[in-house]
Amino acid sequence: MIKIENLHASIDGNEILKGINLEVKAGEVHAIMGPNGSGKSTLANVLAGRDEYKVSEGSVIFLGEDLLDMEPEDRSRAGLFLAFQYPVEIPGVSNINFLKTAINEAREKKGLKPMSAKDFLRRVKEKSKLVELGGRLANRSVNEGFSGGEKKRNEIFQMAMLEPKLSILDETDSGLDIDALRIVANGVNELKTKDNASIVITHYQRLLDYIIPDFVHVLYKGKIVKTGPKELALELEEKGYDWIIQEQETIST
Amino acid sequence: MEVLQETKDMTAKEQFLSHFDTQDFSFDESFSIEKREEAKKIIEDLSFPTSKDEYWKYTRTNRIVKGKYSISIPENEMELDLAIPSKNCIVLVNGYYSPELSFIESAEGILFSSLSKAKSSNEMVQKHFGSLTKKDEIFAMINTAYHQDGAVLHLGKNVQANEVYYIINLIDDDHILSNPRNFIFMEQGSNAKVVLKTINSSNTGTFTNMVTEVFVEKNAQLEINKVQDESESSFQIATEQIVQANDSTFKINTFTLSGNIVRNNLNIDSLGKNTMTYLNGLYPLKGKQHVDNHSYLLHREPNCESHELYKGILNDQSTGVFNGKVFVHREAQKTNAFQSNANIVMSDTATINSKPELEIYADDVKCSHGSTTGQLDDEALFYLRARGLSKESARAVLVNAFASDVIEQIGVEAIKDEIKQFIDDNYQGIK
Repeated sequence: MIKIENLHASIDGNEILKGINLEVKAGEVHAIMGPNGSGKSTLANVLAGRDEYKVSEGSVIFLGEDLLDMEPEDRSRAGLFLAFQYPVEIPGVSNINFLKTAINEAREKKGLKPMSAKDFLRRVKEKSKLVELGGRLANRSVNEGFSGGEKKRNEIFQMAMLEPKLSILDETDSGLDIDALRIVANGVNELKTKDNASIVITHYQRLLDYIIPDFVHVLYKGKIVKTGPKELALELEEKGYDWIIQEQETIST
Repeated sequence: MEVLQETKDMTAKEQFLSHFDTQDFSFDESFSIEKREEAKKIIEDLSFPTSKDEYWKYTRTNRIVKGKYSISIPENEMELDLAIPSKNCIVLVNGYYSPELSFIESAEGILFSSLSKAKSSNEMVQKHFGSLTKKDEIFAMINTAYHQDGAVLHLGKNVQANEVYYIINLIDDDHILSNPRNFIFMEQGSNAKVVLKTINSSNTGTFTNMVTEVFVEKNAQLEINKVQDESESSFQIATEQIVQANDSTFKINTFTLSGNIVRNNLNIDSLGKNTMTYLNGLYPLKGKQHVDNHSYLLHREPNCESHELYKGILNDQSTGVFNGKVFVHREAQKTNAFQSNANIVMSDTATINSKPELEIYADDVKCSHGSTTGQLDDEALFYLRARGLSKESARAVLVNAFASDVIEQIGVEAIKDEIKQFIDDNYQGIK
């Protein structure tokens, strides 16, 4: 699905990613963990195409195409989805209308007819149930006045509407109480198929009680320094990151 | 050669006024002829504003007054492919009333007619015509002296108009100079919505100098939607003079969609207590357009409220000017006056001059004013693009959102749709 090789990226001249290698196949869930400032969100933003980040080296192949060469909207249309750590409030832009535009622009690119209003509304109804948002989204502006939990649920709702191939969840669990966490995780699990994949970026292990990963990677100082099965997350929860950091420092000295 | 010499010696004012030499107003009612003569006298002592006049600091009138214009009565058989409402609509062509294009239905307690007709029959026009026009404003005085025709809307006591009244000012010949003149009188307790629209199908440097006098009596309500769809090369100066009595509500929404130089002079005199006043404006500009919105709102009496919201979207080398002044008189306690001007500058070469002003002489009031100028929010743009909207659509969506609170103020659905469509059409393509 996606193959990241030796990815280096910087912002304002500071190199944050220093050679990431990662391959995610269809049907898999990968968790990326790591201490603050290790480059987790940078990775998510580089993959989504935020242009403040400059890629200096490496390649990313997504479904056979050079991802780094694509505009953010083309990445989305190709099936990549980023659930933002801090979803933006956009007053005056209807949540539903903008999704309709997004879906229909993507369909137009694929030579498909716009989705009928009836089908669209049916999809809205079905998918908003998934994150227990009911009709509350329909007439509101994007994230305007939403609580932290509602914003994250709205991210998952949009993900459900757009049906991506690869979803990247950037600290989707941050700021969520346990109920919201369960709702968000259920949504993600419901959307899982053998044809799509997810990268779950998180600081804490608790999200991984609900979304079970196939692989856990530890990101430290811009590199993946350890990869293991789901049990690695539990080990990190118990022992913290220090032992991995020490292991790294021993290697480098 | 003699003629040329003479032209050279004429001042800019004389030269401009010479355009009107061919006009014959002998048909006019005697009270109106008197007003014309009085205005001509006043003009003798006035001169065109320069950038030294604070009131005109950011808008040069040189290019407007030095233009070569013609005044022409339109032909009868006009072919139009413009969408003009076929109900309650007065159409002026080049400043003259067009009976062929207008649709007037009679309704109980409502007079909707050409100004020239109303002058001979309507008591309010005969009594109040010209009474609000400022004598120190040369363009308003020129209009009083040389106006051709216009529209009159007069609602009797407690009459509720269920229909929207359209006044369409159509410019359809080369280099047209016109002085349309409108008069709106809302008697006590009446209620109406008006669309005041300029459509310019001639791209030849025309100049429209329009004046509208508005009386909103006790407990009456009036909404005016002013749509200025001028041409790339045209000039317009539009002056609205409004008085509001006790408990009245007045709203004006100004949409400047096109025009080379457009200047709006909006003067509201809130004479009464408990009045509500709404002033909204949207100016989405491109090319070298220059649009200047001046407003002056005078609160004289207690317990009044006013809301002013103007928004600009400035592309290319366009210039926007906002100068809104709210004056709160010593007697006007418990005034709530809110004024806001927000601008999005989309290019490095666009300019905005924003000057919100409050002058307060009462001590128990709630007043605020603010002005913001910025660019489209990059975070929001990226968010929308990351969900699959093209850069162009994302920009259009954000511009629409920016404009939406002004557009939401429109109480006439057809106009609301038209303005939305205009924004959609113009902001999809901007790179």
